Amino acid sequence: MQPLVSARRYLENAGISNLLTSAWRFRHYIGGAILNTFRARLARSRLGAVWMILNPLALVAIYALVLSVFLAGRLPGLEGRFSFAIYLTAGIFAWTLFCDLLTRGVTLFIDHANLIKKVAFPRISLLLTVVGVALIDNLMLLLAVILIFGVLGHWPDAHILWLPLLVALNLGIGLGLGLLLGVLNVFIRDIGQVVPVVLQFTFWLTPIVYAHEMLPPAAQTLTAFNPLVPLITSYQDVMVFARAPQPLALLELTLLAILLLALAQMLFRRASPEMVDAL
Amino acid sequence: MSLLSVRNLGKAYRRYDAEWQRVANWFGASHSPCQEHWTLRNIDFELNPGESLGIVGRNGAGKSTLLKIITGIVAPSEGQIELRSPNPSDTQKGRIAAILELGMGFDLELTGRQNALHTAELMGFERAHVQAALPEIAAFADIGSYFDQPLRTYSTGMQARVAFAAVTAFRPDLLIVDEALSVGDAHFQAKCYERIAAFRAQGTSLILVTHAMSDVIVHCDRALLLRDGRLVGDDTPAHITNLYFDDLFGHSCPVTAAPAVDPQPEGASTHSDFDTADARERFHTRPGYRKEEHRWGEGGAVILDYRIRAAEVEYPACIESGTMTEFAFRVQFERACASVVPGLLIKTLDGVFVYGANSLVVRSGRTGGPIAVGTGARRVFRFRLPLALNGGDYLISFGISAGDQTETLIPLERRYDAVIVHVSRALPFWGLADLDATLEVDGASAA
Repeated sequence: MQPLVSARRYLENAGISNLLTSAWRFRHYIGGAILNTFRARLARSRLGAVWMILNPLALVAIYALVLSVFLAGRLPGLEGRFSFAIYLTAGIFAWTLFCDLLTRGVTLFIDHANLIKKVAFPRISLLLTVVGVALIDNLMLLLAVILIFGVLGHWPDAHILWLPLLVALNLGIGLGLGLLLGVLNVFIRDIGQVVPVVLQFTFWLTPIVYAHEMLPPAAQTLTAFNPLVPLITSYQDVMVFARAPQPLALLELTLLAILLLALAQMLFRRASPEMVDAL
Repeated sequence: MSLLSVRNLGKAYRRYDAEWQRVANWFGASHSPCQEHWTLRNIDFELNPGESLGIVGRNGAGKSTLLKIITGIVAPSEGQIELRSPNPSDTQKGRIAAILELGMGFDLELTGRQNALHTAELMGFERAHVQAALPEIAAFADIGSYFDQPLRTYSTGMQARVAFAAVTAFRPDLLIVDEALSVGDAHFQAKCYERIAAFRAQGTSLILVTHAMSDVIVHCDRALLLRDGRLVGDDTPAHITNLYFDDLFGHSCPVTAAPAVDPQPEGASTHSDFDTADARERFHTRPGYRKEEHRWGEGGAVILDYRIRAAEVEYPACIESGTMTEFAFRVQFERACASVVPGLLIKTLDGVFVYGANSLVVRSGRTGGPIAVGTGARRVFRFRLPLALNGGDYLISFGISAGDQTETLIPLERRYDAVIVHVSRALPFWGLADLDATLEVDGASAA
């Protein structure tokens, strides 16, 4: 007779923890869930998949047109009529992925409470579905951005090859923070209310619509503690100024991403047994 | 060797003064919860391969929590649980398929086919594997061209068909069904049970949670009764369903007050005759009594007690369809009356009149004219009838009236929907009454 396993072990075998192996076992589900998200989003629309590129294109085009007319050439160190529009678009592109991952992560478990309470499946697959959807959305946005940049006469050069690394760092930070807050939000629901407000603040404390040098020195020391500053400026370096990102910024971001992911993963593991009880 | 072992299993829901204390506990702090509620405690049982187990109990008894722990959705707070391989030489653990709710994870914008595929993937199956099984899923769902239409155009029943077909596309080693089949029509349910029976023939074990005791009796080899999170019975379905009905409608608690003046010894009540000697009101103490009864009338008579007897069993928890059943009730008359009329009425739970009769209608078994009573008289009336009904629960009403014509009866006392009885039937038919059809086939077969 085989020995009895402890209850905790049984749960792990059932696929709740053991993140990577269970994620691999459910790869078809995750793939299907990503596909179905887009299918459901585009169902019953005549243009279907065309909207996937049309929506971000419209967004970027509005920024570019409006800003190049009203706020042309007010950025230090940048020449050209469309420079501000290009600068802003790069910042928005970086911010959108971070914001997307964070907001979806925070409500991830609450949104899928019913499924989590009724079906035994690895919860990590919900998270990976969100990652997949966010990355595809981000890719569509990137295509739109490049298209608009081209129209404005600012074809990106070889420095754009830095982008995959920056997206990966952005992903690590957004995902880590999103998962961390998402787990806590199951138990402390106020988090879901606070996050959007804090995000708004952070947006304005990050040099997206302004340049870092435009801030008064006092404010510059304040934003020094904003971990998104190196992320956004790296994006801007690559996409706007056609230069390599600061090595120090990359190091900071890498450490931050690793730290957040490790913390989130640990919290997720420890909270897992009690998560269903609180949903 | 058993497929599933559950040892001393318990589940506690803990509350903290502040949620951060819970969070701190994950990182080594030791805040004690301000409130601890055990929804399950000391659960022990074994389940053998191919065995079918019913779990019954009132709402909140812990049935669903137990199923969720076995399925691996909810973590137990104490105890052990083990799922073995049905095949001893195989190191692979048994596979569980649980239907706690049909249609989980369905998206209304997607087609039945897409949803079926996704549901099977949610159970961890590979896409190619599921795709190969899709024709069979479509055949079982049997909804024709709707299978490739968006789910929002479906009826509830059609969704249930697709869901069940997808969840049971591959034979599990343990199938868990929680009340889920009640959404479909009888046809669909029969089809589901057919598939479950086919699985069981191949060695699948079944755990069934339901409030329909007839399902437990028909489909289960064994049953567990849960009460307030404790396991209070592990026995044959017939025995467990009796205990469950006791839980539901109260025990046949013997009246303990003032037994000394009572000429009838209480202990002998199960074998005693139900006669006119007993003057106590015992109606509300009998098994099957419903305190939601509607009691009304002009007064002048009190229905003191009743007894239902079928196949030598008094107050049976379950009456086999077609059994000659006696419905007896004892009446105390407060004033004399030249003609009283006892009556009996059988209804379904949703209020359909199945059968009603009174002494003016019932001719056989009794001779003589009107039933006259004097002041203070006690009478026992016994209706006997074969209970040729379909399986299910039925409400029994008793009444006593004065008068000699059905149209002008004065109700003295009526106790409507006062008792619930359960009829079981191994081979169900459609409808309520068994009209006992026979069948002949003309014309010799070609062979």
